[in-house]
Amino acid sequence: MRGMVAAIDSIAARGAQWPDGHQLRSVLLLEDYNTRVVVLGVAMLGIASGLVGSFTLLRKRALMGDALAHASLPGITTAFMLATWLGYDGKSLPLLLIGAAVGGLVGVGLIVLLKSQTRLKQDTTLGIVLSVFFALGVAMLGVIQQMTSGSAAGLETFIYGKTASMTRFDGWLIAIASLIAIGGCVLAFKEFKLLCFDEDFAGSRGVPTRLLDMILMGLVVLITIVGLQAVGLILMVALLVIPAAAARFWTESMWRMAVISSLLGMIGGVLGAGVSALFPRLTSGAMIVLVCAGLFLLSMVFGRSRGVLVRLLRRRRLNRRVHRDHLLRGMFESGEAGIGDEEGSLRPWITMDELLRRRSWSRRELQKSIRQASDEGWLRRDNGCIGLTVAGYAEAARLTRQHRLWELFLIHHADVAPSRVDRDADMIEHVLEPELVEELERLLAQETIRITVPTSPH
Amino acid sequence: MTSPLSVEDLTVAYHRKPVIWDVGFELPAGSLVGVVGPNGAGKSTLLKAVMDLVPRASGRIKIFGESYQNARHRVGYVPQRESVDWDFPVDALDVVTMGLYSKIGWCLPVRKRHREAGMEALRRVGIADLAHRQISQLSGGQQQRTFLARALVQDADLYLMDEPFAAVDASTEKAIVEILRELNTRQKTVLVIHHDLQTVPEYFDYVLLLNMRVVAHGPVSEVFTPENLQKTYGGRLTLLDEVTEAMRRRERVL
Repeated sequence: MRGMVAAIDSIAARGAQWPDGHQLRSVLLLEDYNTRVVVLGVAMLGIASGLVGSFTLLRKRALMGDALAHASLPGITTAFMLATWLGYDGKSLPLLLIGAAVGGLVGVGLIVLLKSQTRLKQDTTLGIVLSVFFALGVAMLGVIQQMTSGSAAGLETFIYGKTASMTRFDGWLIAIASLIAIGGCVLAFKEFKLLCFDEDFAGSRGVPTRLLDMILMGLVVLITIVGLQAVGLILMVALLVIPAAAARFWTESMWRMAVISSLLGMIGGVLGAGVSALFPRLTSGAMIVLVCAGLFLLSMVFGRSRGVLVRLLRRRRLNRRVHRDHLLRGMFESGEAGIGDEEGSLRPWITMDELLRRRSWSRRELQKSIRQASDEGWLRRDNGCIGLTVAGYAEAARLTRQHRLWELFLIHHADVAPSRVDRDADMIEHVLEPELVEELERLLAQETIRITVPTSPH
Repeated sequence: MTSPLSVEDLTVAYHRKPVIWDVGFELPAGSLVGVVGPNGAGKSTLLKAVMDLVPRASGRIKIFGESYQNARHRVGYVPQRESVDWDFPVDALDVVTMGLYSKIGWCLPVRKRHREAGMEALRRVGIADLAHRQISQLSGGQQQRTFLARALVQDADLYLMDEPFAAVDASTEKAIVEILRELNTRQKTVLVIHHDLQTVPEYFDYVLLLNMRVVAHGPVSEVFTPENLQKTYGGRLTLLDEVTEAMRRRERVL
């Protein structure tokens, strides 16, 4: 939001510039050495922040990185002013980054201090420190621009991120810092995992939880600070949060989540930086975040283990099974009740209307279930009548038995009014696992099902 | 023989409000100990203070005659089930092998024999077939068994369990009791925070009645009496409570 007005103004002033063939070629093929180093740096940054981000996400400290990044701005401006005042080059990157790190740490320290000394909650202290430090930084930027001693042009790149202005030194710096963070995460992977999952247990085993927490925070500081140039301090948090959150949709395993998160971070970083290199007016920070957001959206919809589609499918499959179970049980009970054409047959032919009367289900639903059940070989159909196949009969008997066991259990052990039993039984029986049915059999002292098989004639 | 756990003059306070006050006891080796007391009596805090997880205002704790730091490998801990986020992306076996991390050492990966030890522990609690299930897919009882397996895999001599029987199904309760018995026959000492007063005489042979301070401790047959229970549970708001509550209110205003 903060950058929007400025960005729109500048687009209006210059008009969008399309890259010519030469530029396109040089970016896509990484012809320029400088571009290559910057892309390498951003790729490593993406991997590192995806990795560190998975831990901070699971530690529920995702927003700490945001506060840290915002709080680095007054650190940067202070470093610039101090350096200029002392007669050094104010734009020397190491100096500015040291200033950023100090600013960020002071901010985080202040959050912790505010929380422990007042009754404010973490999110409140975070909001206060984040905005105040950022405001302070913006004010100091204004002061620097008024000063005659040094030009502040270039400091804003820390706010929005600009890969186009990065030198190969910057690229190497990002790559090396990221490599350190990656190494730290890989080496202490299982310790971090334990810390995030169960801090008390970790402490009881002698894991120095406070030290580990500080190391994790230190890694966040490291990649946030070196990432400022590429992504910018407003958006840096996105690279820590979005890839990790997206990766969670794909897997239920911690190391797979870390790997996927790193990959997504890398793709986001490289594509975002690439787009920004082609269109210098589009800040790389925004592009990286938008690419990551696209990847997040894809993951959210198509994620294999928790994605929206998968969950929708699972629910539909369960619903379909529930309907089918009801249908088979309805058929079985019709047979028991002696409904149907043949007197006394256990597998009678039954018309749709008779079935419709047995339960409150719509005709369309019933037809769908019938079609499905006969496709699966449980039912046979013959001009408007339906009957169970032999396999269908066995399955229907099993389902009915399971249902009645559960009803019995509810009546005897769970104090449920008998009139409500059928509905409760219906809701739960479809998710009963075989072990649970065995347990029910035992509890109710029921005989287990036995299918009589004739002795072998050989 | 040195006591597996001896506590002297232990006081723990959060924000100047004492949670446990001047607690002292000594456990006999090889006993099954039930810790009983009302909510907020400081039972969990006692366990955490024993393991140096919370700072203590005063007191001395010895485990097999040594400090916790030196005796850590002989202590197995089962935290409260609700203390963790079960949505965490790990499976049951992952959780169990966490009990071996200090044995595995820093920076080294979990290897095959550690996973085998984890499987063996899961077998002991009866859920070996669920080893690779994500922990949110486990029932409450199965989650509790996973936590128990994580403590068992260390093969400790003193076990500290924080409400292992809370909200578990009947078969899990039975499985846990069997494991307690089996640990007992192997001369291990187990300290269990327990809520169900009715089962105390059945499950434990030693009991510690706690309400901020130790009301009584000793063999169940001697100590688990109606009078002692009345003292533990009745008259919750003691004078000490009232004073600290008033102090806290004033502090809030200031």
